[in-house]
Amino acid sequence: MDIIQKKSHKFFQKALLWSAFLDSLRKLSPRHLLRNPVMLAVELGSVVTTVNFVVGFFSRPADPAWFTGLVSVWLWLTVLFSTFAESLAEGRGKAQADSLRKTRTEVMAKKLKRPEPGAEYSLVPSDKLMKGDFVLVEANDPIPSDGEVIEGAALVDESAVTGESAPVVRESGGDRSAVTGGTKVISNHIIVRITVDPGETFLDRMICMVEGAKRRKTPNEVALEALLLAITVVFLLVVVNLNPLSAYSAHVAGRGSAVSLTVLVALFVCLAPTTIAALLPAIGIAGMDRLFQRNVIALSGKAIEAAGDVNVLLLDKTGTITLGNRQAVEFTPLGEHTDHEVAEASLMASLTDETPEGRSIVVLAKQKYNLRMHEMPAGARSIPFTAQNRMSGIDVDGQSYRKGAPDSIAKSIASQGKSVPDGLDRCLADIEGTGGTPLVVMKNDEVIGVIHLKDIVKGGIQERFAALRKMGIMTTMITGDSYLTAATIAAEAGVDDFQAQAKPEQKLHWIRGYQANGYMVAMTGDGTNDAPALAQADVAVAMNTGTQAAREAANIIDLDSNPTKLMDIVEIGKQLLMTRGSLTTFSIANDIAKYFAIIPAALFTIYPQLGVLGLMRLANPHTAILSAVIFNAIVIPLLIPLALKGVKYRPMPAEKLLIYNLLVFGAGGIIAPFIGIKLIDMAISLFV
Amino acid sequence: MQNAGIFFDVAEIASFLVILTLLVKPLGVYMARVFEGEKVLLSPVISPIERLICRIAGIRRDDEMDWKQYALSMLVFNALGIAVLLAILLLQGMLPLNPQHLPAFSWDLAINTAVSFVSNTNWQAYGGESAASYATQMAGLTVQNFLSASTGIAVAIALIRGFARRSAQTIGNFWLDITRCALYVLLPLAFVFSIFLVSQGVIQNFSQPVKASLVEQYHSSEEKVVSEQIIPMGPVASQEAIKMLGTNGGGYFNANSAHPFENPTPLTNFFEILMMALIAASLTATFGYMVGDSKQGWAIYTAMMIIFIAAIGILYWAEASGNPILHGLGAYGPSMEGKEVRMGLGGTTLFSATTTAESCGAVNAMHDSLTPVGGMVSMTLMLLGEVVLGGVGSGLYTMLAFAITAVFIAGLMIGRTPEYLGKKIEVFEIWSSMTTILSAGIVVLVTVAIALSTEAGLSSIMNPGAHGLSEILYAYASAANNNGSAFAGLNANTVFYNLTTAAAMLVGRFVPAVAVLALSGSLVKKKYIPPSAGTLPTHQTAFVLWLVIVVMIVGALTYFPALSLGPIIEHIIMNGVR
Repeated sequence: MDIIQKKSHKFFQKALLWSAFLDSLRKLSPRHLLRNPVMLAVELGSVVTTVNFVVGFFSRPADPAWFTGLVSVWLWLTVLFSTFAESLAEGRGKAQADSLRKTRTEVMAKKLKRPEPGAEYSLVPSDKLMKGDFVLVEANDPIPSDGEVIEGAALVDESAVTGESAPVVRESGGDRSAVTGGTKVISNHIIVRITVDPGETFLDRMICMVEGAKRRKTPNEVALEALLLAITVVFLLVVVNLNPLSAYSAHVAGRGSAVSLTVLVALFVCLAPTTIAALLPAIGIAGMDRLFQRNVIALSGKAIEAAGDVNVLLLDKTGTITLGNRQAVEFTPLGEHTDHEVAEASLMASLTDETPEGRSIVVLAKQKYNLRMHEMPAGARSIPFTAQNRMSGIDVDGQSYRKGAPDSIAKSIASQGKSVPDGLDRCLADIEGTGGTPLVVMKNDEVIGVIHLKDIVKGGIQERFAALRKMGIMTTMITGDSYLTAATIAAEAGVDDFQAQAKPEQKLHWIRGYQANGYMVAMTGDGTNDAPALAQADVAVAMNTGTQAAREAANIIDLDSNPTKLMDIVEIGKQLLMTRGSLTTFSIANDIAKYFAIIPAALFTIYPQLGVLGLMRLANPHTAILSAVIFNAIVIPLLIPLALKGVKYRPMPAEKLLIYNLLVFGAGGIIAPFIGIKLIDMAISLFV
Repeated sequence: MQNAGIFFDVAEIASFLVILTLLVKPLGVYMARVFEGEKVLLSPVISPIERLICRIAGIRRDDEMDWKQYALSMLVFNALGIAVLLAILLLQGMLPLNPQHLPAFSWDLAINTAVSFVSNTNWQAYGGESAASYATQMAGLTVQNFLSASTGIAVAIALIRGFARRSAQTIGNFWLDITRCALYVLLPLAFVFSIFLVSQGVIQNFSQPVKASLVEQYHSSEEKVVSEQIIPMGPVASQEAIKMLGTNGGGYFNANSAHPFENPTPLTNFFEILMMALIAASLTATFGYMVGDSKQGWAIYTAMMIIFIAAIGILYWAEASGNPILHGLGAYGPSMEGKEVRMGLGGTTLFSATTTAESCGAVNAMHDSLTPVGGMVSMTLMLLGEVVLGGVGSGLYTMLAFAITAVFIAGLMIGRTPEYLGKKIEVFEIWSSMTTILSAGIVVLVTVAIALSTEAGLSSIMNPGAHGLSEILYAYASAANNNGSAFAGLNANTVFYNLTTAAAMLVGRFVPAVAVLALSGSLVKKKYIPPSAGTLPTHQTAFVLWLVIVVMIVGALTYFPALSLGPIIEHIIMNGVR
């Protein structure tokens, strides 16, 4: 069972708000704002109006002092709101990073001279361990750094990293050999080969990503910034141009004067896409954070963005589409044998089989045939499953019991010059036809029946695939099963395509094939043999339970090791882009109302007739401009929750989704400021 | 009676739209096949000429260029064009075919005129018949009409190849593209169209100017008695045809298409309008054909036509409503000041809307005399960036840059990193598209500011008041967007205006052109991403409308202050608002 730990997340915790506020003041430094040129321009504008305000006391100012003063205050607030949004988003990550960092406290590691049990060790601080060192970790020891178990097996408490309280088994060899620094061994002892140098551990990287410290701008973010910057330059010129335009007009109209500097700056800040520019860093950080809340760590921001673009999902059948284990549902006898006989033989053959399938056979034999066998009979010899024989069972009292895949049993029978009973092929076909997996049961080299193992498709999975299809994402199921079995499950689960009789190595081949056709491919994996495919995939999610190789090849780590998580990741990737796009549209759409508020007001002294454009009927020119500036500023904090939570993604065809978001953020962005500015103006005119 | 007039006007406008739309596909596909090097109807005749020219010029037909080579060739070619034209204008007095013994152009006017014709603007700070000799008109101006049009089309074709080709490096061969454009597209169309114009009474000769006795003598400003009029002759039809087809717009006569020798009948008027729009409109189909999805071409065409139809509607309404001040004096009816009665209200407004939408700049009426709203519509059509069909080639490539911007924002809104026609839109595409879209606007804002804050700029204004501001705005809008039409009433033949408008024309033409080629160079390298249900469909209604909105909003946000101090306040004042 996957336990998804819900990390408590309130938007506005008091302590968080306060530290974010302090941090936002620090971020006002122009050097920091260089990363966000639009806001830097706003800051420069604030400086200009502030200077203008001060100079006003020593000369005859163009505008009343209260007006210049308040405009300056609100321009500063605009910048502050923007840095606050960023600090708040970062702060939420930092809180998580701090809790992670606690687990990284320095420990003394038992560094072995030789990688053997019983070898001498010396105590070395964990941050001095280098790649290739060997350490002994005993019960109740924290694991000092990332590594691979090379000897032994132990129960490990990984709750510090994954939040999951149930301990997991880590053992040498196979796909469960990776251990993470900061986790703790509960029982037994293991020898670990350290696989990373200090400062590069998984935990270090996680902290970096969560904190946003190393956050590089993603390609799409850079492109959007380019767009915003270009628009800002044009608006700057528009505003500069308004000075000679109004000077000329005042001259020819014979009244009024050129638009004042304060008003020009106010107009510029209102027109510049401040809303989106202010929230852009927060949106990116919050995206990472939302993933983290679902126990997913993106090792690069690019990976999340790519997740939004994925066209093809490669999903392993087992654990993703079906419940992790197949269950025995029926024993079918062949020839003159009875089902009871088959059940008994199956039970014997499964006694030493600890796999979930083996367990389910024992359970079925017990429930349906009341057969009980608690421990292995004395003198029995266990035949474990190997890649070569592909069957398992026991030898006891001169009798042999085997169960195995049909083709390997057939091969074994054929090698002894015997033949399989007549009904077998039909029986196998029947089981495969219903999506089941048959296991052939053999007693003393004679085929006596078949066990029907059934995959249980996860509840609600069809709906998820249908939703993915609407998003334009194709799902491909990968399974080692035969074609018929795969086809049946594919149909039941509603995937778009499947690859039967697949080997992990072939995944790389398919991914390349999809990519050559221009598709973006996402996959999940945990085994070392998944690593090449993970490295090739555009979005590669490694299970935290996976091997070190898999985790290194991936760009996203799922701490819960829940393969269905990929769909959440795709959704979050899309949300991230949608939030950017929607707020950009909103920001630019706002400009229309701001023009209608400011232009008639700014030119009032020259052409009072332009008042017919003042659709909002604002109290007077100064309150009109101030209202627009205030609206422009407070819309930023009002939208912080949206920026942090993300625009809700609704799976629907692209065109419908576009129309929907255009209506909400485009039309909404045109209408909202008309109302907002009017309300603010009404409030201000109570005082002025 | 008035209702009948409106009926005929609407019928004329409607038939223009229908005929234009019917011609888009055949000509568009023809051009696509020409530029793909396929065999077309005229191949048997023209192909030998093409081969001959290629052999003489040393153009190898399989020599492909990357975007930098293409851009460099384009710039070198146009620089040469400016140099040659400059030489002709400065040496006019010494060249043959100059029966009126016209003197050389002044240096600043020569620079302005050379840049103007090479940049496909055809801004004329001189009076055609009274300043340019037959040789200048034919060998200088008409030649550039062909070459500047070819340049624009070639750049558009290069951009289309950027979309159409996948994971490639090259975007075609500039020399081959302009040669094919001139030989297969412009020359045959111009040939047929000039024959038609001659049949309608447009002149084509090298005769001496004709002297005609006036029916009524009058006293000139110098108190002299004027009894006769000199009517210049010349090779008009040949220049008139390409002036329309290539969206050049530089008139042989100062009165441009209002002159009976350029535009004698309502029929020539109709066809001149049609020819202005023909190539630019058809290039949308060329685009659709070359990218392998004709719907994409129609989507762009539809977006352009939505704005065009809205513009012609408002322009017609404004002119038909007339001037309330004159109404107050008892002079009812549409505003006919500055309009040719033989063209009528429909023929004039359709011409005015088309010439400004098309980046042509030919005029058959005085735009300065349009009503404030009418003038604002024609000004706005230029200020939008000449994307409502626009200049040949340049209209399409600027609109595609808008489409990329629109796709970028719309793509984000549906949760994908944006792609257009299967090509991913990233930071380089955004930079080059924004450069393409915004350079003209930036030039207008800067030059208008300079003109309004310098004595040299202000001294040319003959109509003080808000209308003077409109005139300056119109002048730079026209220059920077390579339109070429003008609000008269501004004395443009001064060193200040000749040089600033020349700079505006150069920047407005070549900065976007190079940006577009860079855009193509980046797109052509990208691999193709097949569409899926999550891909934004760029051929459906929602995107077409979004594209229209993006174009309108960029224009509105850039020019709202300037327009409100020019035509908008003029309109308000005209309607007596206090």
